[in-house]
Formats: sequence, C-alpha cells, structure tokens
Amino acid sequence: MSTFAAVVLFVGVLAYAVLGGADYGAGFWDLTAGGAERGRLPRRLVDQALAAVWEANHVWLIFCLVMLWTAFSPAFAAIMTTLYIPLGLAALGIVVRGSGFAFRKVLVRTEQQRVAGAAFATSSVLVPFFLGTVVGGIASGRVPTGGYGDPIRSWVNPTSLLGGTLAVLGCAFLAAVFLVAEARNRDEADLEDYFRRRAIGIAAVTGAVALAGIGILHADAPQLFSGLLGWGLPCVLASAACGLAALVLLPRAAPAPLRVLAVGAVATVVLGWGVAQYPQLLGTHLTVQQAAAPLPTLVTLTVVAAAALVLVVPATVLLFVLQQRRRLDSPH
Amino acid sequence: MTGSLAAVGLTGGPIGALATASDPPQLLPAREQMAFTLGFHIVLVPFGVTFTILMLIANYLGLRRGDQDAMLLARRWSHVSAVLFAVGAVSGTVLSFELGLLWPGLMGRFGAAYGIPFAVEGLFFFVESIFVAVYIYGWDRMRPWAHFWSGVPVPLAGIGGTLSVVAANGWMNRPGGFALSGGRVVDVNPLSVFFNGAFWYEALHMLLAAYMVAGFIVAGVYAAGMLRGRRDHYHRLGLAVGFSIAALVTPVQIFIGDVAAHEVFQHEPAKFAAIELLPKTGTHVPETLGGVLLNGERRYGLEIPSGASLLAGFSPSTRIAGLDTIPAAVRPAADLVSMVHLAFDVMVGIGFALLALSVWFAVVWWRRRTVPEGTWLLRAVAISGAAALVALECGWVVTEVGRQPWTVVGLLLTRDAVNTTGNLWLFFAATLALYIAVGAGTFAVLGMMRNRWGRGTAAEAGDADVPYGPSRGRQRVDASDADDEAGAR
Repeated sequence: MSTFAAVVLFVGVLAYAVLGGADYGAGFWDLTAGGAERGRLPRRLVDQALAAVWEANHVWLIFCLVMLWTAFSPAFAAIMTTLYIPLGLAALGIVVRGSGFAFRKVLVRTEQQRVAGAAFATSSVLVPFFLGTVVGGIASGRVPTGGYGDPIRSWVNPTSLLGGTLAVLGCAFLAAVFLVAEARNRDEADLEDYFRRRAIGIAAVTGAVALAGIGILHADAPQLFSGLLGWGLPCVLASAACGLAALVLLPRAAPAPLRVLAVGAVATVVLGWGVAQYPQLLGTHLTVQQAAAPLPTLVTLTVVAAAALVLVVPATVLLFVLQQRRRLDSPH
Repeated sequence: MTGSLAAVGLTGGPIGALATASDPPQLLPAREQMAFTLGFHIVLVPFGVTFTILMLIANYLGLRRGDQDAMLLARRWSHVSAVLFAVGAVSGTVLSFELGLLWPGLMGRFGAAYGIPFAVEGLFFFVESIFVAVYIYGWDRMRPWAHFWSGVPVPLAGIGGTLSVVAANGWMNRPGGFALSGGRVVDVNPLSVFFNGAFWYEALHMLLAAYMVAGFIVAGVYAAGMLRGRRDHYHRLGLAVGFSIAALVTPVQIFIGDVAAHEVFQHEPAKFAAIELLPKTGTHVPETLGGVLLNGERRYGLEIPSGASLLAGFSPSTRIAGLDTIPAAVRPAADLVSMVHLAFDVMVGIGFALLALSVWFAVVWWRRRTVPEGTWLLRAVAISGAAALVALECGWVVTEVGRQPWTVVGLLLTRDAVNTTGNLWLFFAATLALYIAVGAGTFAVLGMMRNRWGRGTAAEAGDADVPYGPSRGRQRVDASDADDEAGAR
C-alpha cells in the first residue's frame, strides 16, 4: 500500500515535471527573446500558450506537496528542515512568476510590461533550478531522516547543481517543442522555425550536460548511479533514445510526434530517478514503508487519487483540447 | 475513534517542564510570517470562491434578458478575477511551503491525519483552476450558454475547497480521528479527521464570510462610482448584484456566528475565556464591550451585567470557565487575550452594522422599487466592503490567536511545532518585501484596468494582448474587434 502511495506521489511529480516544466521553460524563452521589438512575436506566443493552462499545471505542485506531507510526513519534515533555502527561494519565485505573468497580461505600456515580464521570465528560470537542486539533494542522500541537515551543502553540491541545470534545460527543451506545436497551430511559420532552431540547440546542450552528468553522479552519488545502471537503466536508455530521435527529427517532423518524443525524453529521466532510488524515499535511506502513514490515511489518499483520475484528468483533457482548438484565445 | 483522544491527550510530557524551556528564536518570526501570509491570502479567498458566483449571476442576467450591461460586468469581473486568481494561487502555494518550512513539528508528527483535508482540497483546487481558465479565456470563441456553464463548476469547487481547508483548521481546534503511540500517528479515521467537532460551524462561518466580503466589496466599488456621478444602469446593476448576495448572507452569518460561539463556549473553553475577557470562573458573567486585560483584571470595558452568561447559556446563572482554569504553563499571555477579545468585538460590531445597512438598503429598495441612490446610503455601501474585510481578518485573529499557545489544542504547543534552524527573520523580511510589491502591483494593475474602462475608449479586452507592445496605435488596430462592444456602451 505504501508503494502504491509512492507511485501516486510520483505520478504527480512526473505530471508537474512535464506540464509545469513546459510552462517554466516558456519563461526561459521569454527571458532570452531579446528586446521589446525583436522579442514581441515569440513573447506573444508564450503568452497565448500559457495564459489558460499554467494555473492548472501549477496545481500538480500542490498535489505533490500534499501527497508527500500526508502519506510520508516524516520525510516531508526532513526535506523541509534541510533544504529550506532552495525551497524558500522557490516558493517566493513562484509568487514573482505568477503575479508577474498575470500583471503583464493586463498592462499596456511597454516599460511596465517589461518589469512584469522580466519578473515572470527570470523567476521561471530560477524556480526550476532551485527545485532541481532539491531533487539532487534528496537523490544523493543529503537529507537526514531526522531532518535539519546541512543547510548549504545539501543543495550546493555536484548532484544538486547537475539537477538544477538539467531542470532548467529540460524545461526549456520541452517548452521549445511545445511552442513549435503552438506556432504551427496558429499558422505562424516564422515562429515555428524560430522555436525549431532553439529546440535543436537546447536539445544538444541538454544531451551534453546529461552525458557529463554520468561522471558527476559516478563521483558524487554512487548509490543513485548504480541504481540508474540497474533498474533505472531502461528509463535512461529510453530517455536518450527519445532525445536523440527528437534531435534528428526536429528540423522537419510534424509537431505531434516531436511533442511525444520531448515528453518521453523528460518523463523517462525523471522516472529513472524514481526507479533508481526505490525503495528509498530520501535517496539512500528511509524506505517508503518506514516513512508511510497508517493504512487508513493511505487508503484515503488512494480514493482521492481515484477521484482525481475521474474528475481532474477529463477536465484537464477538456482544457487542453479547448486550448489546442483555440477556443480559449480571448485576450484575457 | 475520537474517544482515543482522551487517552492520548496531554501525553506530550509534563507541561510544566515544557513551559520552562525557552522559546526557540524562530518562533516569533515564524508566527509573524504565517500570520502575515495567511492574512494576505485570505483577502484573495473571497474573490476566488465567491466572485465567480457574482460573475455568473451577471452573465445569466445578460444572457436571459439580453442585457448588454450585465454581460459587460461579467466580462470585466472575469478580467479582475484572472488577476486575483493568479495572485491567490501563488500566495496559497507559499502557505503550502510554509507548513513545512515553518511548522515541521506539526507536519512531521501529524501530517498523516492533518494532511487529509488538504488532499481533498487539492482536488477542488484542480477543478477550480481548470474551469476558471476555461471561463475567463473562453469569452469570445465559445457559444454563450456553453461558456456560461463552463463557469458553473468554479463556485462549486470553491465551496468544496473552502470547506476542506477550514476542516483542517477545525481539526487544530478540536483534534480527533487518530491515535498516537510513541509520538507518531498510528491509526486514523479519515472521516472523523475531516468532519471534526469544529468543522461545520467554522467552515460555514468562513464560507459565508467570503460571500459577504466579495459582495460588499463589489457593491462598494459601484457605489463609489455612483457617488462620482455615474448613475447609469451599468453601475446600479453592479451594485445590486454584489449587495444582494452580501445582504442575503449577512443575517444567516450572524446566526451561524452565534452557533459557533455556543460551540466554542462548550468545547473550546480557553478560547471562550479569552473572547469574554474573563480572568476568573464564575456565574453572572458580564458581556464586556471593548476593554483589555491588565494585571489579571478587566479594564476600560463597558460591561453589560450577566450578558455573557445569558448569551452563552440563556440564563444569568450560567457558569463560564475563566482563564484561571487553564494551567499556568499554557495560559495565554494577557496581551493575546486582549487581542482576541477586541478582535471578537470588532467582528461582531461590524457584523451587526452590516446587518443594519442591509436592512436599510432593503427597506429603501422595497419602498422605491428601484436600486437606492441616496448619498449617505451609497457612502455606507462604499465602505462596507472594507468593513467586511476587517471583520474577516478579526475572525481569523479570534480563532488563530485564541488557540495559542497551542497549534493542535492539547497535543502540540506552537513552540514545539516551529522550525528550529536558520534565521527566519531573513525569510520573513524577503516575504514581506515581496508581498508588499505584489499587493501594490495588484492594486496598481486593477486601478489601471478601471481607468481604461472608465474612459471607455480603449479596447475592452484586446488592449493588452501584445506583451511589450511597440506602440499604442498598433494595439488599437489589433483590438478593433473588441472595441465594438465597448463602443456599444
């Protein structure tokens, strides 16, 4: 039962990594789009692509937090008391990002939009970085079971920095591919081309960092490393295959298969992390079973997860379908 | 299952021993930060939960009667709602982080029980955020009635979400539905956790408060517009929709508030003693209006003889437990008691003032058969929203400060719940600065939207669709479609 709860939690992590990740990555492209004139069209596409969906995607983070503190409360407390610096910064970054985006949408004057937009875009890069360092800290076993671990070295370490960098790059890669599809959907050939070029570039960089990461994990997180070579190996290989295929197909292929490949590349590497450290919840120690809440709580969470399957999944699909059919294009 | 509470109650060690330990330095900044961020978020809650109902009413009136002003109100409210929902969503996220960052002792020990209502709330939040997006962004390209119905799940999910979150708070006041062993939650009855003793009165009280706050604020905005001479159908309608909801809810709220006070009297005696500013147990307890606790004595208050006893038990001889019944080690400090008492008085005072305003408004409306336009009445309506908001905040001061020194009554002291590492003043300072900026930004943005609408020249909706737009001239061209509607006004 505790394993099942861990799976539910991890499904939330995957959903947030892919859906929330694409939204963060869009902020990366917003940040790097250049001056007001040059960046006008890509920023407008980012704006249109995100406006209706980002809040729904953001709720996956709440889902993860709630599942973690209810099903595995000692682990939640341990993580929070150790990694409080990156987590606190991520929380504040989320506020900057959400309000920056919402404000920019209703502001009219360029200089005001620039302030709000810069707030949105900068925090869109910082938040996934901090969350990535948190993942690195947990995965490399730097969060002690009783909490209150080293507040600095738990997230300023090779694995965390790799995690943070990969998170930013992965988000940007996902977003670039999604934005190719959005541009195609709106018959904006120039923008489609614009994001194809960027997707290829970022895919190459991400791949290179991931390769370098092999060495980093070998030296800094041996237990995670051996897990990734063990049960996690199929995931790692699948991720590499998806990434390579996307890289090869990006110049020409239709957006739909590209999107599948991009989601595959990111989701499988996150999944690989989960599989590699299972059954340890805090990377190298505290098993899922040791941290789990009593049975009735886990059963309740299962019921909630089932309700989410019935309610949330169809509603999300409806939202995405309406978005893809451009029924949600009212300027507000 | 709740019976097991008695078995586990006060097993946290000898209380006297706990009291002698000095408070960790993180306690004060953690409490300040939690109070501040909650107080900030709670202002946005009525808009997420209730505002959509007003929007849908206006939308319905617009579709049913072909009333273009009603449609315009609904559309503009949805624009406001887009901003407030976003700020509410992210400030709510911060609260989730803070539960762990500030109160790991609460989450680590009681997460298995306390977390359950939040899990349910997560579901409602999902539904709310999905349909609010469909509604807000679906104005132009969906069929009108389909669009209307896409908004209906939003207030329903808002109600569910509010009830869930307040269920968690109720559990802190009257914890139940679990068993402890060796400091860990070992058995849980999820239904008893969710539907704890304090659930119904607290949750209904908060829900109705949300309706009052949003209704009175919306009415106040249009009353202010009318006072500036804009006495058209559009403003009368905005006033009427907001005020009707709030005025209908107000008497019900006062009744629920009275029920809540009786429940607190019976089941949360420490909080009731603070509310009544009552140092010593006794009968014929006066109802004290205003006043503070100084050196163990009530001072400066206006006392109504036997008032509190009459209200609590319908008889002057009703015995009310005073602060003296609380063990000295966990007795709340005098300044906290005074704060709870004054907050309660302000809340109740505002509640009755709003009731009087509602009656006044209803009588004038009934006699004239039209939305009242008297200057003094409009002035009162204009400030009613702010008053309702103050009452809402005071209510939370009563329930939160009134629970101190406990986080989970009888089981977990706040000082044992708090994080004990790091300099939380830095975190608080950063949060404070950021929230002030976001709050100011929200006001500024809403003000700009109002000015644009007030001029009536800019495009109704398309005026902001180009991030970093090059020039205002170009934007008007981009937005020409939406101009028609604004021009029709």
